Amino acid sequence: MIPVELFAALQAGPLDAVLAPFYWFLALWSDLLFAVGDATGLGFLDYRFMHRAILVGLCIGVMAPLIGTFLVHRQLALIGDALAHTAFAGVAVGLFLNGVFSLGVSPYLTAVVVAVIAALLIELISETTDAYNDVSMAIVLSTGFALGTVLISLNAGGLAVGINQYLFGNLSTVSAENAAILLVLFAVIVGTVALTRNQLLYVTFDETAAAVSGISVTWYNRVMVMLTALVVVGAMQIMGVILVAAMLVVPVAGAAQVSRSFSESLLVSVVLAELAVLLGIGASYYGEATAGGVIVLFAVGIYVVSVAIGKLQSRAGEDATPELGSIESSDL
Amino acid sequence: MSALRNGESAESADIGVADDATADAGGSSGPLVELADVEFGYTATPVVEDISLRIDPGEYVAIVGPNGSGKSTLMKLILGLLRPDAGTARLFGEPSHAFDDGARIGYVAQHASASKEMPITVREVVKMGRFPHVGFGRLSAEDHRIVDEALATVGMTDFANRRVTKLSGGQRQRAFIARALAGEADLLVLDEPTVGVDAESVDAFYDLLEALNEEGITILLIEHDLGAVTDHARRVVCLNREVYFDGPTDEFVESDALARAFGTAASFAGGGGA
Repeated sequence: MIPVELFAALQAGPLDAVLAPFYWFLALWSDLLFAVGDATGLGFLDYRFMHRAILVGLCIGVMAPLIGTFLVHRQLALIGDALAHTAFAGVAVGLFLNGVFSLGVSPYLTAVVVAVIAALLIELISETTDAYNDVSMAIVLSTGFALGTVLISLNAGGLAVGINQYLFGNLSTVSAENAAILLVLFAVIVGTVALTRNQLLYVTFDETAAAVSGISVTWYNRVMVMLTALVVVGAMQIMGVILVAAMLVVPVAGAAQVSRSFSESLLVSVVLAELAVLLGIGASYYGEATAGGVIVLFAVGIYVVSVAIGKLQSRAGEDATPELGSIESSDL
Repeated sequence: MSALRNGESAESADIGVADDATADAGGSSGPLVELADVEFGYTATPVVEDISLRIDPGEYVAIVGPNGSGKSTLMKLILGLLRPDAGTARLFGEPSHAFDDGARIGYVAQHASASKEMPITVREVVKMGRFPHVGFGRLSAEDHRIVDEALATVGMTDFANRRVTKLSGGQRQRAFIARALAGEADLLVLDEPTVGVDAESVDAFYDLLEALNEEGITILLIEHDLGAVTDHARRVVCLNREVYFDGPTDEFVESDALARAFGTAASFAGGGGA
């Protein structure tokens, strides 16, 4: 089975050739989940589309809070929302091109392109005006959504059917190609953050000191918004345009309540997000509800619990105050 | 520029800061900071103007001036965070805004500009001081040792795993001082570093700066606490939009620059225990 899929993929074109290893990985993943399904008797593991949805969900659970942590602590929580709406314009562009020119482009690819351009636009606006501001984000957000709706209405006949899946997300429409694209995005995002974690942390915590220490704040800000665009597009498949920003923000906000250190908060936010994703996918399958909404509701529930735990923690921790040492110049 | 550098080479060799001299632009043997006729304004009215200033390796310089005199702006120009509207600013021999060897500068901000909400421990903050040295890499055992040492130096060892947001203002400031120390920089730039720090620790802190300066580290201190400045700094630059005085601390105390820059009410008595 594996070689056949690989072979078929290689025949299909340059994009598929690039994605071939990821198709192979998907097949492997599917085999694993069939085995898990057999062993546990979980009914929803009998479907390949659920396997892909779970894999995509797991990836979202890592990359959304990973990027979200850097955004939330710079008061940029809403940038995800703005970019999601421009990604929607990107989807519309893809569907439009497919409809008019009969191209077989995945709308997620055009969404990546449009969202990254919009991300750089927001960044450039903020660089020239010296501040991230609600107004520029609101303008980009509404421009994106307006462009999307116009393109879709121009081409309504063939398109109206497919729009809900982008707006609200859908577990069952995660195709093998889209899952493979997501794996590529995942690798790019996690790889970039792993490489530049020091710089991103410094810029996030203390922009001025980071600039003095020789870090190009402007460039890392650009990298950050572009990564955000990639996360948004990747997560859109399941979460939908309207709810995708929640995954960037809610688990991070929960983690900030209970964590002391930055590394701990990263880890906790990923754990919380994964919990919400898995519970949400399971519940939405059995409850036949939209996965994106259910996942976000679980995430918010987890956030509320985190706030409560955080309050208890700080009450318990107030007793012990360590001794403040003196400033020593003798041991230099 | 080159004439200045030649005249200065003997002095800087004595101090020995130029050990790790890089090959570029002669940055290490000349002045660390050099401003020539700098003017800057956020609007049409200049905040600072006609500033010429040079700081050589091993100096201990304090910039004083009343509120709104442009001290912090001047510091930003020196660090390259702002670009002068007129004149030139050079740092380690390079144009300040283009200078990017962060390992050579330690910086402590006025009211820590840092995020106030973020979950992060004192140790994680101090580790940032090592980031310019490791780039994309991981911190080595040696880096961690330096971080521990910096924490011990500011007396924050027991607070290393505390969340920064739960600290008092003075404790936070100590953490930021430790971060600057961990950077092992040639030039320490401190913008009112002791705001919020208790009086006893302030004295200890200035002793620490003195000890660092004796090791050859150049110190640039921006202060409103005149007592502290006259007790510790070797050279004073008195600023109020332009330079009113630039010279040895003793001469500054005897001069009338203070009265001219601050108005008549100012005196040295208010500050850190002369």
